[in-house]
Amino acid sequence: MSALLSSARRSFLKHTLQSVGVLTIGFQLPSVHAQIPLATRSTLDVNEVDGYFSIHADGRITLYCGKVDLGQGIRIAIPQMAAEELGIDVAKIQMIDGDTALTPDQGPTAGSSGIMRGGVQIRQAAATARQALIAVAATQMNVPIDSLDAIDGEVRPIVGGKGIAFQNLIGNQQFKLKIDSKAKLRNPNTYRYVGKGLPRPDVPAKVTGTHVYMQDFSLPGMLHARVIRPQSVGSRIISVDESSIKRIGKARIVRIEDFLAVVAEDEWDAQRASVALKVQWSLEKNLLGHAGVKDWLRKGPFESTQTIMKKGDVQQGLSQSTQKIQASYYWPVQSHASMGPSCAVADLSDGQQAVVWSASQATHRLRGIIARLMAIPNDKVRVIYLDGAGCYGMNGHDDASLDAALISKAIGKPVRVQWTRQDENIWDPKGPPQLIDIEGGVSADGKIAAWKTVMFIPKATAQLPNIPLLGPQSAGIKQPMGISTGLISQNGNPPYSTPHVEVSANWHKDAPLRPSNIRAPGKIANCFAVESFTDELSHLAGVDPLEFRLQGMSDARGIEIIQRTSKLIGWKKRNTPVTKRSGTQLKGRGMAYMHYKGNETYVGVAMDVVVNTQTGVIQVKRIACAHDCGLIINPDGTQAQVEGNLLQTLSRTLHEEVKFDKSQVTSSNWATYPILTFPQVPEILIDLIDRPFEPPLGAGEAAATPIPAALANAVFDACGVRMRTAPFTPAQFKIDWSTI
Amino acid sequence: MPSYQLNVNGQIKTVQVSDPQQPLLYALRNSLGLTGAKYGCGLGQCGACTVHIDGRASRSCVVTVSQVVNKKITTIEGLGTPEKPHPIQAAFIAEQAAQCGYCANGMVMTCATLLSQKPNASLDDAKSALKNNLCRCGTHHRIERAVMRAKDEMKTRNSA
Repeated sequence: MSALLSSARRSFLKHTLQSVGVLTIGFQLPSVHAQIPLATRSTLDVNEVDGYFSIHADGRITLYCGKVDLGQGIRIAIPQMAAEELGIDVAKIQMIDGDTALTPDQGPTAGSSGIMRGGVQIRQAAATARQALIAVAATQMNVPIDSLDAIDGEVRPIVGGKGIAFQNLIGNQQFKLKIDSKAKLRNPNTYRYVGKGLPRPDVPAKVTGTHVYMQDFSLPGMLHARVIRPQSVGSRIISVDESSIKRIGKARIVRIEDFLAVVAEDEWDAQRASVALKVQWSLEKNLLGHAGVKDWLRKGPFESTQTIMKKGDVQQGLSQSTQKIQASYYWPVQSHASMGPSCAVADLSDGQQAVVWSASQATHRLRGIIARLMAIPNDKVRVIYLDGAGCYGMNGHDDASLDAALISKAIGKPVRVQWTRQDENIWDPKGPPQLIDIEGGVSADGKIAAWKTVMFIPKATAQLPNIPLLGPQSAGIKQPMGISTGLISQNGNPPYSTPHVEVSANWHKDAPLRPSNIRAPGKIANCFAVESFTDELSHLAGVDPLEFRLQGMSDARGIEIIQRTSKLIGWKKRNTPVTKRSGTQLKGRGMAYMHYKGNETYVGVAMDVVVNTQTGVIQVKRIACAHDCGLIINPDGTQAQVEGNLLQTLSRTLHEEVKFDKSQVTSSNWATYPILTFPQVPEILIDLIDRPFEPPLGAGEAAATPIPAALANAVFDACGVRMRTAPFTPAQFKIDWSTI
Repeated sequence: MPSYQLNVNGQIKTVQVSDPQQPLLYALRNSLGLTGAKYGCGLGQCGACTVHIDGRASRSCVVTVSQVVNKKITTIEGLGTPEKPHPIQAAFIAEQAAQCGYCANGMVMTCATLLSQKPNASLDDAKSALKNNLCRCGTHHRIERAVMRAKDEMKTRNSA
């Protein structure tokens, strides 16, 4: 560590401790961060064992994790992985996540990578540490290395007898070791912690109101701020009448070009001042309006067209098919719609350094963004993660962080920015829309003969360091322009054997509203299209949908998933209906399958629905899901993730579309952007398949993807209506019903 | 600045507010340091800010400070603690009924009222009581199970 770096870190620590010392009731930095003397962090290198662990003199271990716990439970799962390899009780491990001054940069907590990459990296570091501890002990005890093991925090002879505690082998010293990719992992048959559904350490505080969320954190001398967002997207300020808030406490405005905020000592003063402030904005009308998105996607102009996958000759395959069809599927713009609007606290009061408390899913990346946009050296910026409301991708937290940084720097005081519900629903970066055309045919023997997918989707700008953030944009601070979407073109091909396949994308340079990654980016819509179309083909071929899938599969894990899904729901072989049925309450069953990204988690979903053909209301009665994410670290946590994936995506499929006019988003609260409610929640059956000898894969996204297709297929089974436009609202159902 | 005396978690507290229309939520969080109740929408739509006012689950984001003088206010901090949780909180812990947990305050407070009013509440009663409490993570089933678990636990206690 350079002297400068040490000194910067020491000053952060001093700052932090001072802050903690004079805090008022109920507010404090999570004490675990404050207890770590920064000088003891010799390295934050992702390749060094010391980047991840400190073994303390009393035998406790601090685990430094670059991935953050967004509610998905890695605060227990990753310590379980570390405890297993180290050979110590998991209760002795305390994890710190996402503090850029304390944890290595393991990349954003995105793409269902927490366990699969972050946890696996830490597991290998722990195995390397165990190997080193055993080597030191072998020398001290003068016995062969392979006669020893690490158990319960000490290295002991395998045959039993006195051991040496880890802290006495290493004390407060460092390992000074690179992670050894060959360090042997324990045999899963001997696991003591991995595979147990241990409870999460943060739940008791979360259900008793004592957990310090981002929104609950404050600093002494801190001012409360509200940002006044433009009246329409792209609006500029024509005038601000500051006298309109003069009667509200000590509220005052902060303006940097078109960036406008009100600050006050009292939060309610800031809130009511933000409502009372008279601002005249230019009215802009540059948006498409939600009703125009589908046409715009289809028409272009396109930035480029790309062949994503090609096998055989699809035109020839189509012409040789005995029967062929084509269909088009649309997925709308959606919001992350977090329960808690975004919030951040920033202290740039001395203008030389920045400490920002943020619920960002990517604190390390955010640190670089803050440094660049606020013109502060990277090593003078510290971002500390605090839990926000679940974000499921990049919501408004990074924006709020820059809002707070801008205001704090402008007024020279620590600042807390709290977005309102309206701010969140209108301005959070949105999940991008997708339009997917598929053409395919079946052969005389009832198999898929040819398959052609054509996507019309926004293209993520290459090498974009960050999505353009709202505050800096309004404040006239230059940042690279472009869009971010996540990897939205994966899983566009059928996961079934097909002699002729082609998948291509017509890429748009832009998107209707500022997009970002949202849970299982793109793959919910792609699975909706691919698995709905698979059902359409099975119907065309006159083959049971389950049979149709199985006859095209060779991957044993995939086959098992489909079989276990069908067993769970009690699938009965059938031919789907051809014509409208009589009656108004029609029952149906559908299924869908996903092999996430073609090489990760396997999921099967089947569901039972009742469709009211008069009201258009679709009630999902039961969802069955079989799930194979390889080695399961914590079955209860995995189960919770699968439950969340199923229900959140059911919400997105049934209810969610961001509505907007030519100027602004109009879905600004829960009445205009409704989500799933308790009475609409179906019964859920989950079958988790544990594969202890396979690598652990992600569980945070995959199970989200088969929901829309399984639902569409069930609706078709119920009443012969093929729903190809989400969300499946009563109004949309009635449109689709009227066309058959 | 006008000040009001509030009865919060069994104690009389004085809060000063610059505006009589200030919602109770802001007084609890900022003046009294009781941050268990969360700001979710400010519109009474989501339930994250739920507290008990005279025993009724109420949305503290749309109730003003001046409206709750002389009323008994209980927040989630007054219901139980991590060391001594209320049976409904213990049930939430046992069922691990939180992901991000931001909605948990409203869920816990609403369920506590349900069980005090209907000690034999059914699953449908729970769904109905929670119909205006939103959860984005998809923790609904665990919350339902927690209500049923707490009901059984409270009945056992009362009959013991």
